[in-house]
Amino acid sequence: MCLAVPMEIVQVGEDGSGVAALEGSRTAVDLSLIDNPACGDFVIIHAGFAIEKLDREEADERIRMFEELGRSYVEEHP
Amino acid sequence: MSETIIQLAHGGGGRLSRRLIAEEIVPRFGMESLRDLPDAAELKPEAKRLLFTTDSFVVQPLEFPGGNIGDLAVHGTVNDLAVCGGRPRWLSLSLILEEGLPLSRLRRVLDSAAAAAAQCGLQVVTGDTKVVARGQADGLYINSAGIGEMFPGFDLGPGRVRPGDSVLVSGPLGDHGLAVMAVREGIRIEGGPVSDTGPVHRLVQAIGELAPLVRFMRDPTRGGAAAVLNELVEQRDVGVELTEADIPVSPGTRAVAEMLGLDVLQVASEGRLFLVCAPEAAEQIMARWHKLPEGGGAACVGRISGEAGRVILVTVSGGRRLVDVPQGELLPRIC
Amino acid sequence: MKYIDGFRDAGAAAALRGDIASLAEKLENYERRIGIMEVCGSHTMAIARCGIREMLPDNIELISGPGCPVCVTEPGYIDAAVELANRGVIIASFGDMIRVRGSGMSLADCRARGGTVEVCYSPTAALNLAAAHPDREVVFLAIGFETTIPPVISLAASAAKRGLGNLSLLTAFKLVPPALAALLADPELAIDAFLCPAHVSAIIGSRPYLPFTGESGVPCVIAGFEPLDILLAVRAILGQILRGEAELDNQYSRVVKPEGNLRAQALMAEYLEPVNAVWRGLGTLPDSGLGLRPVYAAFDAEKKLDLDIRPGEEDPRCLCGEVIKGKSRPPDCPLFAAGCSPEHAVGPCMVSSEGTCAAYFKYLRNKV
Repeated sequence: MCLAVPMEIVQVGEDGSGVAALEGSRTAVDLSLIDNPACGDFVIIHAGFAIEKLDREEADERIRMFEELGRSYVEEHP
Repeated sequence: MSETIIQLAHGGGGRLSRRLIAEEIVPRFGMESLRDLPDAAELKPEAKRLLFTTDSFVVQPLEFPGGNIGDLAVHGTVNDLAVCGGRPRWLSLSLILEEGLPLSRLRRVLDSAAAAAAQCGLQVVTGDTKVVARGQADGLYINSAGIGEMFPGFDLGPGRVRPGDSVLVSGPLGDHGLAVMAVREGIRIEGGPVSDTGPVHRLVQAIGELAPLVRFMRDPTRGGAAAVLNELVEQRDVGVELTEADIPVSPGTRAVAEMLGLDVLQVASEGRLFLVCAPEAAEQIMARWHKLPEGGGAACVGRISGEAGRVILVTVSGGRRLVDVPQGELLPRIC
Repeated sequence: MKYIDGFRDAGAAAALRGDIASLAEKLENYERRIGIMEVCGSHTMAIARCGIREMLPDNIELISGPGCPVCVTEPGYIDAAVELANRGVIIASFGDMIRVRGSGMSLADCRARGGTVEVCYSPTAALNLAAAHPDREVVFLAIGFETTIPPVISLAASAAKRGLGNLSLLTAFKLVPPALAALLADPELAIDAFLCPAHVSAIIGSRPYLPFTGESGVPCVIAGFEPLDILLAVRAILGQILRGEAELDNQYSRVVKPEGNLRAQALMAEYLEPVNAVWRGLGTLPDSGLGLRPVYAAFDAEKKLDLDIRPGEEDPRCLCGEVIKGKSRPPDCPLFAAGCSPEHAVGPCMVSSEGTCAAYFKYLRNKV
């Protein structure tokens, strides 16, 4: 459902608190719903809470797939 | 002044009032017109065509990343004059202070206003100060009125706009509105966007002899680009087609917009200019803007179309969608 | 913003549109238009914002289902919130709820008349409100689907930890799978596939959609809500329909695991239990909502503050119920753009920024 944004964890506090960043904008987020959050992890943030981790390998792979799709399309349709 | 907060007596006309004006107002806004504290300022205009505008400023919080209500009040009025083709010359500043406002905050606001006025080459020639009881005025409200002199050659109006005309913007959109929203209580985003509050009159001045080729100008304040462009084409036989990929948005502003679920096209800027001109003038105007610090991010973002009354966005993914007038209060969403 | 921009590329979108067009052509002789139901308000919004409906061939239709928690909340809930505000309670709410009218006024109207209504980006803001106003009750309007439920319900644990006795929740939590089941069971609905939600699925996993697949089911594709995600999902759905398949396909595996987020699920299970819930447009669906367990009654605003929540009045002319079920489209409603608009909304589908009617009004009115 709902509006959610992938952000990078830049600080992990005690008690489930943390800070996440996107393009330099940082905000306090709640990490208590995530297993083993670590700095550098990307998480999906909804209403100030991390609801799940983003699997970066899968994300990168998918982005590559889309880029390739786009490239071949542009080649075939100049 | 031993007090550190504003008291009701500061607006009462008595000794405290006079001290406030003498110590805080007059030194900052130039000694000439204000020195004897006349009730009215005499002006000596040079141009025959004058412009007159007024605006009130009630922004919360009073201080935000990139500025405060003081420079906002100066730039806002300067820009209203500029978008009508005027060089701003004289300003009034009326302050309504809330009892309990820290003097240090007032000083910072006045410092910003004074610096902005000086930077714009205009004079604050008259003003007023009132104090209201605690609980009113949210700290500080400012009204500013401004008089400007028309630059030669401008004949502006929505009716002059033609299909094929170019739509230019002087820089990235939405920085101000998102900077303010990001520091609202309950959101608290740090390192976020910085307000773009600033004057646009030098951008207008740079147009110079190309003025007759400019059809329309507006600064995208409340309601952002969506409000300005919809107003332009409402109930007319022309429309606007914007290209999303060409619209400048700074990365920090984009990020906060994504986080809060806001459309940057509906967010206020306080130092940007939208301009519609004949297509043959677009390149030159942009080249001149790029030479000015306030125009470094200028771009051509679209064109006037024949689709009556509609503002359409061609999206990054190749779709088309309507850009509608914002509903009013900008609220962060979760859905 | 690599993980946002990477999913918006125009070339890839054009390629996917081409694929969709070829697949749709092969389905031209199908008995009727292919109906793909998206059950997620964020999908509705993204689809409208990127103009995806326009990109699809005429025989493929995206139907907007009951995916917006504001849309499916009964007017009586808002009436109760307004009554609390009139009693001096501080109402803390997500922005989406503020302009929705109950039987009478909205919370925005109530605020204009002196009620204390605070807009929250995150439920944690309610904790700070409670701490700052120890002499007043703070009630958080706890609406949402499974994405929002864990963040909101964690308020109960946090309030207990901080010793805040003046915070409670007015709950109207709803669950997506029971709604999907009710929709599939309706013989009048022509749904050929579900475009399953992105972030509800992050919480519940992909497994809950299995009952809707198979012999008596339809293709279920879980999609992210960037434009390329949605186009890819539509392509995958059409492929399944052509091959006569009805399978579960998780196309948002970068976030959604088969079992979902177990921590979040455990948190929900600890504080909440299934209850019957009234869905605007769908009526009462058994076990389709979550309410606070009796042991946590101290956080339940309804019990704590002795509220009597009545169903509330709906304008009989309003077709929101039919729109939510996918049976009618916004232009079918006699009030659409003729008395009902985002500024003067009759029903929640127009008020919510994600409501089907609002999305249509904003983006597609000229295509109507």
